[in-house]
Amino acid sequence: MAQLIKDGALTDNHWVRVTPEDDGIPAHGDIIVSLACWQEQKEALKNRAGKVAVCLEPGQEPVEIAADLADLPMVAINFPVFADGRGYSYARELRTRYGYQGEIRAVGDVLQDQLFYMWRCGFNAFDIRADRDATEALKGLNDFTVTYQGDARDPRPIYRRSSV
Amino acid sequence: MYVYQDYDQRLLDERVAQFRDQTRRYLDGKLREEEFRPLRLQNGLYIQRYAPMLRIAVPYGMLDSKQLRMLAHVCRTWDKGYCHVSTRQNIQFNWPDLQDVPDILAALASVQMHGIQTSGNCIRNTTTDEFAGVNPKEIADPRPWCELIRQWSTFNPEFAYLPRKFKIAVNAVPDEDPALIGVHDIGVQIVKADNGDIGFQVWAGGGLGRTPMTGEIIGEFVAREDLLSYLEAVLRVYNKYGIRDNKYKARIKIIVKAMGREKFRELTEREFAELKGGPMTLTEAEMARMIASFPAPAYAALTDMPAALQQALASDKAFNRWYHTNTRAHKQAGYRAVTLSLKKTGRVPGDITDNELEVVADLADHYSFGEVRNTHQQNMVLADVRQDQLFEVWQALDKLGLATPNLKLLTDIVACPGGDYCSLANAKSIPIAEAIQRRFDDLDYLHDIGELDINISGCMNACGHHHIGHIGILGVDKKGREYYQITLGGRGDKISRIGDKMGPSFESDEVADVIEKIVNLYVEKRHDDELFIDTYERIGIEPFKESVYGSAD
Repeated sequence: MAQLIKDGALTDNHWVRVTPEDDGIPAHGDIIVSLACWQEQKEALKNRAGKVAVCLEPGQEPVEIAADLADLPMVAINFPVFADGRGYSYARELRTRYGYQGEIRAVGDVLQDQLFYMWRCGFNAFDIRADRDATEALKGLNDFTVTYQGDARDPRPIYRRSSV
Repeated sequence: MYVYQDYDQRLLDERVAQFRDQTRRYLDGKLREEEFRPLRLQNGLYIQRYAPMLRIAVPYGMLDSKQLRMLAHVCRTWDKGYCHVSTRQNIQFNWPDLQDVPDILAALASVQMHGIQTSGNCIRNTTTDEFAGVNPKEIADPRPWCELIRQWSTFNPEFAYLPRKFKIAVNAVPDEDPALIGVHDIGVQIVKADNGDIGFQVWAGGGLGRTPMTGEIIGEFVAREDLLSYLEAVLRVYNKYGIRDNKYKARIKIIVKAMGREKFRELTEREFAELKGGPMTLTEAEMARMIASFPAPAYAALTDMPAALQQALASDKAFNRWYHTNTRAHKQAGYRAVTLSLKKTGRVPGDITDNELEVVADLADHYSFGEVRNTHQQNMVLADVRQDQLFEVWQALDKLGLATPNLKLLTDIVACPGGDYCSLANAKSIPIAEAIQRRFDDLDYLHDIGELDINISGCMNACGHHHIGHIGILGVDKKGREYYQITLGGRGDKISRIGDKMGPSFESDEVADVIEKIVNLYVEKRHDDELFIDTYERIGIEPFKESVYGSAD
């Protein structure tokens, strides 16, 4: 069953998370690697067949990959626990500070009740935690129709929008 | 008061629906306890010692009579007939059932009330001076700015999972700190530039709790239109760099201290530079709309000290005493601001019943333009009472037991619910407050002692603000027994100052004796017109220690 929500719909996930401890980098396929792995093997990774994304952990800020964003079709941001909110700032920074247009995917402890906030901060893909029904979780994107603040999708706060 | 627009109400209704669904999923076993916990906390719902506790937001303390009547209805229908005014100017219910909470929130939403962000690691209710808008000393009414902060902080997507709770207060009075901005995560001081422009001095890094400290100025003068951009900048820094692996070090004060004010300011300025002039900048129209949301009520053209008031003051001693203690000067000639004391001996500090709420609502409608405010000292205020009607108001309040003339005096004790209710507490607060009130039951003596803040917290979390009491009392647990630690010299009046620890703690039945010894020493040592805090600051802690613990030799 699909666990991935992308741009508001369930979809199959072709990306594989690989770690350096695994038996090396697979020759083909789309992979998500750690920041350390990216920094050590950047050139090799760029030249392999298949796309590469970097996964940021809490404490690893977007500035670390700012110069590489053109080479990265996706940035994953990991939530080891959903209550660690640093990833919200990272996603928003990728969009508003670095103008990143690629996919920003939330991975890890990703649950229905945080999706609306994540979406507003610029995440557009959500790898829902394996034990949860992603179809149910999808509802979380529609919790609210009203927002006071501007966000990564629409920078205008409510007092700058004409149609409220 | 700010009048809800359609979209404000829609947002609230959507929140009610969201929480109803979350509660249902929790009760169905689809949400784990640890997953539901932050969700319910951000709706003000704690699981307490005997029952859940539900905290309802009262933005900057302002209530209207319709809301008071709804609170009364909730007390009667889903609780045990009373509720509690908290030190964040909020309202707490102590006995709701978890499965009733969605219905309670739906009822409250019909009068624009909610529990949004009254707990949890997010931006909490913004507080201010309970005399906002009527205080003759204020530079500008702080409430429009509080409301702007409320909207900016409500469901702000980036700051819903901060390292720890985050409290903002706004003060508009120069040289006094009625909003306690010195002990807030962010304090906003409204200031006036030489050219007459209003702006904000921004403090950061104050807070009570386990490591109490006062904040430091990080923004000397933030322009009006930049207020939200500047706050956003501070929150971005905190969200990224606040400590998350130790909840006792997670408040902003710890990183401001650890990295130093200059470094913190530099990081904030860097974020602010990106935001300044951007879409968050407040528009003239929005600032004007907010200011217009808090119009002066339709005051009558009156003069101060009308004959009716003079007569009542001359003929009724009890009224006279109450007038001088519980009412205060007003911007508008012919009016006074009246504080209702929720501190009569025997009443749990800050508690109010359903019937009392309804009478207060009626009084507000008849005498004070239908509005009431909660104070951070756990009392209530009728802010706009005609001086020629003060006597009638006093008679009505006296009948209710809400006219105890003890405002700011020793028996006007601030106390958290403590071990009688709260599962975090190490010790009880309420019986300690009552024991002290009973010890000082002579009104004449109480008035002779003068202003003296006593604050009691049942644990380190400091909901009773014990650090800033002139006398602070903190409940501690020693091998399963309740003990109380005393601090002296804290201030939350003109300035904020953290009190000094006196020494070894006391058993519960010793506390009233200790307070009496401290007060006796003050009475013995004071100079003419010196308040307790003045004497303390002049002679220091040693003489007080000696009077309580005996001489060191």
